Amino acid sequence: MKVLWLQAAGCGGCTMSLLCAESPNVFDTLGGAGIEFLWHPTISLETGAEVRAIFEAVEAGEIELDVLAVEGSIARGPRGTGKFQMVSGTGRSMLDWVVSLAPKARHVVAVGTCATYGGVTSTGGNPSDAVGVQYDGAHRGGALAAEFRSGSGLPVINVAGCPTHPGWVTETLLLLNEGALSAEDLDEFGRPLFYAQHLVHHGCSKNEFYEYKASAVELSDIGCMMENLGCIGTQAVGDCNIRPWNGEGSCTSGGYPCINCTAPEFEEPRHAFTETPKIAGIPVGLPTDMPKAWFMALASLSKAATPERIAKNAVADRVEVTPTIRKPKGRR
Amino acid sequence: MSDQPRLVVGPFNRVEGDLEVHLDLADGAVAEARVNSPLYRGFERMLEGKDPRDALTITPRICGICSISQSAAAARALGAAMGLEPTPQGAGVAALIHAIENVSDHLFHFNLFFMPDFIRPVYADKPWFDRAVARFTPAEGGAQRAAVAARAELMHILGLMAGKWPHTLAIQPGGVTRAPGPRDKVRIETTLRAFRRYLEEVVFGGSLEAFCAIETVDQLMAWETGDAGLFLRIAADLDLDRLGRGSGRYMSFGAYPLAEGFGFARGLWDGGLGAVDFGAITEDLSHAWMLGAQAHPWQGETRPDEAMREAAYSWCKAPRLAGQTVETGALARQVVDGHPLARALAGGGVLARVAGRLLELARTQSFMEGLAKGIDPGAAFMVQGELPEAGQGAGLVEAARGALGHWLRIEGGKIASYQIIAPTTWNFSPRDADGTPGPLEAALVGAPVGAGETTPVSVQHIVRSFDPCMVCTVH
Repeated sequence: MKVLWLQAAGCGGCTMSLLCAESPNVFDTLGGAGIEFLWHPTISLETGAEVRAIFEAVEAGEIELDVLAVEGSIARGPRGTGKFQMVSGTGRSMLDWVVSLAPKARHVVAVGTCATYGGVTSTGGNPSDAVGVQYDGAHRGGALAAEFRSGSGLPVINVAGCPTHPGWVTETLLLLNEGALSAEDLDEFGRPLFYAQHLVHHGCSKNEFYEYKASAVELSDIGCMMENLGCIGTQAVGDCNIRPWNGEGSCTSGGYPCINCTAPEFEEPRHAFTETPKIAGIPVGLPTDMPKAWFMALASLSKAATPERIAKNAVADRVEVTPTIRKPKGRR
Repeated sequence: MSDQPRLVVGPFNRVEGDLEVHLDLADGAVAEARVNSPLYRGFERMLEGKDPRDALTITPRICGICSISQSAAAARALGAAMGLEPTPQGAGVAALIHAIENVSDHLFHFNLFFMPDFIRPVYADKPWFDRAVARFTPAEGGAQRAAVAARAELMHILGLMAGKWPHTLAIQPGGVTRAPGPRDKVRIETTLRAFRRYLEEVVFGGSLEAFCAIETVDQLMAWETGDAGLFLRIAADLDLDRLGRGSGRYMSFGAYPLAEGFGFARGLWDGGLGAVDFGAITEDLSHAWMLGAQAHPWQGETRPDEAMREAAYSWCKAPRLAGQTVETGALARQVVDGHPLARALAGGGVLARVAGRLLELARTQSFMEGLAKGIDPGAAFMVQGELPEAGQGAGLVEAARGALGHWLRIEGGKIASYQIIAPTTWNFSPRDADGTPGPLEAALVGAPVGAGETTPVSVQHIVRSFDPCMVCTVH
């Protein structure tokens, strides 16, 4: 399977994350399955005229393209020209290239939340008029029309995340390579369900604190960060706490909140990222699939029942009270 | 004489981000170069009006390869505005996290970005060619495969202490969000030992202390082992010291600020060592598609010229220190820090920049080991502070590629202005109002161009020797 990878208006961090793939390393994970880069800006030898020749051959249909992978959002500015990102050496904008190459590809994969929905590049007034490949925030229709379908008949596959976990990208490519990713395997924002069917909350190391609403007050406290510190892991899709990042990490295990980076428009939360907005002292944005009144009733009950160990640890920067050990009965 | 008087080189890959180089040729060499950063996103504008703390979430996303450097600069800028310093142990862990990123970047630059150019057919008759192909063929070469595996394992320290990489929120003005325990400390030390073994067996083929003890260029060129030895053999054969020579003016903001001082010193080298006059930094807009006047970053603004006027050719502003260009990066840091080998290499070209990076890679390993050993699991790793309603602060750090500055001004509790000068903004700046070219533009003059070459390999060596990060450059 041949993959052409373009870096549009983004930070390149999804590639940097992809290169962290392990067991086996990224080259063996992809290469072993017969997945090769027709060209990748970070990895490939070809530069300059050699690259232009590849682009032109794909555009002319002389090279069959299995996957067009786009990382970074598509800058449409200024005034719809796309000139805020010219593809160097070609005299043409990235917007122009993506629109031209996408129909040639069997699959189009948007890698990262910039490429999927616009992401951080589109925050704060969106100076470059950036959009995702097939979405503008949560709305269908970005650089490509809402109706766009690649050669396989699929819409753009949205591997959202800021950055993407290396496994999300490699496994999407591996599934496509095996013909094992269909429209039913994507959620309503086009994200592969194999990771988007989970919530960041699942497997979070702070779950016991959450059960009792034993909350961290400041960053560096080890309690649950939902009530005060802006954590939206209970609503954010991703298997971040089921499979670790970089060996044994995740945002919440690193001591900072989940900011819902797999979601459209996460870049504009309308409050400080690390602070939970509240109305009359009650956090807004409670878990999505639970009646609010029930949540409030359970929360006040569990708060009242919080064991001292959990209450103390929640506002400490390390475990200060260890679990009570029950001695085994019998034998002696 | 080349048959083409003008060349446009792009897409220019194995640099981070977008780069286009325009060359005027004469007598088989580059006569003039113009460097274009063809991507504008407008991060400085995005930040205006936001809660100052949001800089810690947004600025790392300027760049996926220097993400922690951006975190560190934002945290220091906020801290300066708050009158807050991290706890000594918090500063130590933040320095360790930052050093892991810088070392990873040096490793990738050497193995993935720079060395593959020596497997081009133009070098097929060289005695070292087969070895270069075996080691540095993209995705296949032994050195490349070992480098991605070693870097992924080294980054377990980031998983542990920073949650993930890139784009962590672990570094805060008062320290770091996660306090390492005794078990974390021994795990970090174990990972670092494995990385040392990789460096000594594969990259250097000898002890790091022996490499760090090299004091002269002759001693350096006699180092034969490891992939470093292969590079030095190639460098001698191709005379890479003379290719792309620099001005010899080097600046470092000082790397890894700790309670006891910098890990690598702060200063300006121009034949002798001096202090950096931070008040003398300006950004010139004469050849950038930016509107407004030349200004210090405290007064600077970022207004793109949507008409992309003819007189300009890049989205990159042209930073100058007291009106002069400076080169920044690993070589600059090591020169300023006073390492004898770096001082001996000062003013050099491709060899000097790449050797400076290898030297720093070796030196940073023992620096990281010292930081890990110094972790006190009982200490405080973070202190809290209050954001002012109005104030300002600068965050000056060293990214892998050199001096990175954030200048933050707060009014009414919101960001009123945020100006950033990244390392490659210095190195790859366009001309200024006096017509003085930026450091890369100057270094490219005289680069040989073979007849019929459309993407001159000498130009590629010089450009990549700077390890540019173009996504940071314009931001």
